[in-house]
Amino acid sequence: MANEPIKIRIKRQPGPGVASSWVDFEMPYRASMNVISCLMEIQRNPVDASGKPVDPVSWDCSCLEEVCGSCTMVINGRVRQSCSALVDNIRKERPGEPISLEPMTKFPVVRDLCVDRSRMFESLKKVKAWIPIDGTHDLGPGPRMNEVDRAESYKLSECMTCGCCVESCPNYNEDSKFIGPAAISQVVLFNSHPTGAMNAGERLDAIMGEGGITDCGNAQNCVNVCPKSIPLTTSIAKASRATSVRMITNLFDR
Amino acid sequence: MAEPRVAVIGGGLAGLMAAIRIAEKGGKVLLFSVVPVKRSHSVCAQGGINGAVNTKGEGDSVLQHFDDTVYGGDFLGDQPPIKAMTANAPRIIYLLDRMGVMFNRTPEGLLDFRRFGGTLYNRTAFAGATTGQQLLYALDEQVRRHEADGKVEKFENWEYLSSVIDDEGVARGIVAQNLSTMEIKAFACDATIIATGGPGRIFGKSTNSMICTGFAAASLYKQGAKYANGEFIQIHPTAIPGEDKLRLMSESARGEGGRVWVPKSSSDTRSPRQIPEAERWYFLEEKYPKYGNLVPRDIASREIHRVCYKLKLGIGGGAKVYLDLTHKPREVLNKKLGGILEIYEKFVGVDPREEPMQIFPAVHYSMGGLWVGYETKADGEMDMTHPKTHMTSIPGVYAAGEVDHLYHGANRLGANSLLSCIFSGDVAGPASVAYAKGLAKGADSVDKSIFDREVKRMQTEVDGIAARTGGENPFKIVDELGYMMLSECTIERYNAGLKTTRAKLDDLQARADRAIAGDSGKVANQSLRFAHQLPYLVQLAKVMVDGALARNESRGAHYKPDFEKRDDENWMATTLAQFDAKANGPSLSYVPVDARFIKPRPRTYGAPGN
Repeated sequence: MANEPIKIRIKRQPGPGVASSWVDFEMPYRASMNVISCLMEIQRNPVDASGKPVDPVSWDCSCLEEVCGSCTMVINGRVRQSCSALVDNIRKERPGEPISLEPMTKFPVVRDLCVDRSRMFESLKKVKAWIPIDGTHDLGPGPRMNEVDRAESYKLSECMTCGCCVESCPNYNEDSKFIGPAAISQVVLFNSHPTGAMNAGERLDAIMGEGGITDCGNAQNCVNVCPKSIPLTTSIAKASRATSVRMITNLFDR
Repeated sequence: MAEPRVAVIGGGLAGLMAAIRIAEKGGKVLLFSVVPVKRSHSVCAQGGINGAVNTKGEGDSVLQHFDDTVYGGDFLGDQPPIKAMTANAPRIIYLLDRMGVMFNRTPEGLLDFRRFGGTLYNRTAFAGATTGQQLLYALDEQVRRHEADGKVEKFENWEYLSSVIDDEGVARGIVAQNLSTMEIKAFACDATIIATGGPGRIFGKSTNSMICTGFAAASLYKQGAKYANGEFIQIHPTAIPGEDKLRLMSESARGEGGRVWVPKSSSDTRSPRQIPEAERWYFLEEKYPKYGNLVPRDIASREIHRVCYKLKLGIGGGAKVYLDLTHKPREVLNKKLGGILEIYEKFVGVDPREEPMQIFPAVHYSMGGLWVGYETKADGEMDMTHPKTHMTSIPGVYAAGEVDHLYHGANRLGANSLLSCIFSGDVAGPASVAYAKGLAKGADSVDKSIFDREVKRMQTEVDGIAARTGGENPFKIVDELGYMMLSECTIERYNAGLKTTRAKLDDLQARADRAIAGDSGKVANQSLRFAHQLPYLVQLAKVMVDGALARNESRGAHYKPDFEKRDDENWMATTLAQFDAKANGPSLSYVPVDARFIKPRPRTYGAPGN
């Protein structure tokens, strides 16, 4: 089947809040294609599998090397980046069947495979995911860090807000307020930084109320789908411990 | 006047740094970006950021960094801005450190530094091999903090289309398009900073992100802004050939000891690790014993090109050479280069810790860009706080980052781009506020009709394309553009080829001007958007080709085998292109390079026979 034409089935939606439908496409195979190059092929030649002209498919992409997080979609039922989804590999997942592409289901669809993930960025605001520096004026170097701690934090800092974790999370959806694994992991990242730790309490407070860490149902899907292998469940456990301690301290400090 | 309002176009390192500085200075920022800013192309930078912090006891200094940068740029860069940038580099690295960037550390907990091309010092701070991503996130977080405080308003998923220029020629705001709803709208602002990155898309496939089209720069150039040194395009020596893009393989791979080689015989079919040392040719180490694999990018790319095309010694006779890290311990590779090795593994399916990588040069960076000026103080140093520093030739419009032309001369050194992006934002931000505060009347008191007419101009262009039938698909035309530019306007340039290409570009312009969207969608119409951009991209390609055609010398990334020497007498000059509507292309002029600190000297990197 290696050189057979590529069959793709795409869930299309012309705009927000309107009905979606599946459309089949077919294109010639070339070596080392990924899902992005298939979608580019449709841009160049926008016809469906029967040869009927259609509007080209809209999708988000930018870096094409899995560091920007733009091109996340559901491919063959599994959420991932379309740039690193190589045709040779994903065709093996469902032999004989077309590759299926769908927009993520946890965000409002803009058009076709484009979704609006602004809720994730709002969550970063909510948990104050930043180091509160005094200003950009020259204050010399930052705090010294142990390389072992640094390496652990670096892992968490690779989160590209792509949405895979929340897409796979059964507790995250348009009706729930759950903040999701990515934002919780950022709390752990910033609270582990020597300067960030000075405001650790604020960030913990942000995940202690409604939609906070207690909404995690421990399904552990997030850690399995994270393209950067970020130890999200470890972060959730750490944040859970820290919030429990804070709750008790708050109780006695009152 | 109310608080100054500055539109920052682009949310990469330059735009974000400018935004932070404007917010600190009490200005209001309108931040426009075609993607959520966290997804900007700066994420793709891998290896690190330069700054002469001298933590290794090597005697490195900011003046040595200055000299390396000027020499690396083959004496085309104006020296006061380069001097200011290199002098500020340690401060910038410390600032990023304070913002929480997870830079690799030494055993003592200090910032670690590694080697990069074009220098003999360990001068590059790094966060694994995803330094650009880490720096972008740090600035993104700071901007989010200012956003939460109401000082920054983001317009993500909005594209800058043009500047609103009043009858006195002063910019009073911008026109932008919402890429979801396709609405076109004007925004009044006292100053604008263009920080939209490079023009990789003009070359079809490059190491650039898909969003790096050069459209914003081309649009401003068509409105009269000068574009400088367009012919200087950096070809990165080591990229992973790909179907959809050429993925970067960072210079840090060589900084950490990676060796470039080919089998001595192109008919050698053994797997690379079976080939004994004596039958390998480490051609960079042989020719440049002092710098070895860390010669600057223009030189390394030309050598690889020569080995593959002139000597036909690429792997299996093809266009690929080995980049070999297999002699380094796995743990070290994972800690210092993890991110890039994963990219190779993921996209090629081969573990580069076990088997040498196969790489080839690719279009990577534009040294040229929108011309920006700078003022100097009595002692000759750049005046970083002067309102005219970093301003384009259109009053009220600034440029910062890859899209400006100021810091890299004829060739950029590795790990100087993260620095120049942040430094230029650091300068342009406050300069724009100083300019805005000095205005006699703010943008809010400008007559509304000035804005309406620019919105109308853009709306008419876009509506015209949407209504058009019978033209060609814009994505097919850009493939042709890329192929043309790649074959004639990259590593080796010949006047005959450039002339033919230029004529073809005129044809292509006519076709691009008639391209259709072929998409009836009312929202997120990406084809309509691209059909609108395409004619502008062709205009910018003409700037590059005309600049290259005129410059009969070889300097940095611009190499003409028929004019092999650098010619300081005639060509130590910045190329300025201005749009000429009658010729429907650029008219060129030249200004001398400001070389007040360092006298030009031959650029040999110690190669014998030079």
